[in-house]
Amino acid sequence: MTPAPLAVSLRAARLVYGGLTLFDGLDLELAGGCFTCLLGPSGIGKTSLLRLLAGLTAIGISGELRGGDGLPLTGRVAYMAQQDLLLPWLNVLDNVTLGSRLRGERPDRKRALDLLARVGLTDCAPARPDTLSGGMRQRAALARTLMEDRPVVLMDEPFSGLDALTRLRLQALAAELLAGRTVLLVTHDPLEALRLGDHVLVMNGRPATLSPLPDLPGVPPRDPGDPAVQAAYRAILRLLGAA
Amino acid sequence: MRGVGRGLLTLAGLLLVWQGVVTLGDLPPYILPDPPAVAASLWRNAGSLLGHAGVTALEIVLGMTLGTLLGGATALALGYSRRARRWLLPVLIASQAIPVFAVAPLLVLWLGYGLGSKVAMAMLIIYFPVTANFYDGLRHTPRGWLDLARVMLPEPRRWAVLRHIALPAALPALGSGLRVAAAVAPIGAVLGEWVGSSAGLGYLMLHANSRMQVDLLFAALLVLAALAVGLYFAVDAGLKRWLPWHPVNPETAETD
Repeated sequence: MTPAPLAVSLRAARLVYGGLTLFDGLDLELAGGCFTCLLGPSGIGKTSLLRLLAGLTAIGISGELRGGDGLPLTGRVAYMAQQDLLLPWLNVLDNVTLGSRLRGERPDRKRALDLLARVGLTDCAPARPDTLSGGMRQRAALARTLMEDRPVVLMDEPFSGLDALTRLRLQALAAELLAGRTVLLVTHDPLEALRLGDHVLVMNGRPATLSPLPDLPGVPPRDPGDPAVQAAYRAILRLLGAA
Repeated sequence: MRGVGRGLLTLAGLLLVWQGVVTLGDLPPYILPDPPAVAASLWRNAGSLLGHAGVTALEIVLGMTLGTLLGGATALALGYSRRARRWLLPVLIASQAIPVFAVAPLLVLWLGYGLGSKVAMAMLIIYFPVTANFYDGLRHTPRGWLDLARVMLPEPRRWAVLRHIALPAALPALGSGLRVAAAVAPIGAVLGEWVGSSAGLGYLMLHANSRMQVDLLFAALLVLAALAVGLYFAVDAGLKRWLPWHPVNPETAETD
């Protein structure tokens, strides 16, 4: 069911904001079908980099973006933000099928209900978003992201507003449902990156650079208590200057 | 229920103050009639008051409807087209610089003594609050929703984004405009009636005033106030019903 894996290549990315060069000449390669986590402190330019990949360009940011097949990425990306971005006047099912309605297509209700079942929201299809908890809303947003069925999925700290337990559960769900797609997840939580990433990139410095961490053994979602995860966690904290 | 009780208590308090002013100031009935005199007049002239109130109510409702349609269309044009913004926005602002009072005689001259001029007055007076509020709402669509739509669409489709996202997102702002409109529309209608008419509460008040029937004037004023309050609450209740997703309580509002 998952679309064929698509690698992503961004070259010479540059962001100048308020006279400050946040990054310049940055290259980023996402391996097709892999879950990559981009880890870095707040204000480093992670979100801007993700928005550039999503085609949400703004003043001061530029870069050469294309898919592994050499074609533009437009229309082949799904985007999930820190806020669930559910439209409050639509019920959950209509929120999940928003993309097709925007494009003037017939919404595939059956597939939407299927996806809602997979994120555990079967009973919530007719509910308004404001009646759901934060975790349920973010699960609905995940279903909407999957409904787009794009080979590339970009996520901007999608779980950071949730409580610890809900976050762990949603991470596992995301790892399961997004398997086979090219995913870039931006986060400032090292444990989240280590738990979910096939590859982890650390974004640091000014102007910022990207450095890959050694890949961890095992298949995501990894156990946060795993000794290899714990060792890598300590290494990251040292790298980021927090310990 | 508690709200109704509180309202009645406030009303009783106001009546008491009113009676106190009349009694203590020893005011003659042609300056300020006391509440029982006004009540008596209300009872005596119930038929005529009701008839005139019906005319005024019709003017207000027609003015509200047309003003909302016109204001809504203007706001959509402003929100959708840059050219409309360049041409219409200065006109809209200039239209507010001219007091409605000043154009009332003109409207009566052009549209006659009947319903038309009063409907036009009510429409004119609500046009700006409806347009300004709705346009403001259309301009302030949360960026996250627009980003989401842009990633979902292979090429930009402004109409689809307006229809599915910006327009519904602006409805609460339109609602604020309608609440203001409900509060000021009666002013427009009564103003029109003062300038020239043969029916309506404004006409009745002017008529009673010139004949020193101050009790009738007050009775008409009370009916007008009841009409205005009723209109406001009807609009408010309608908005709460049609926009149930709009957070009224700021604590449940989206943090964005």
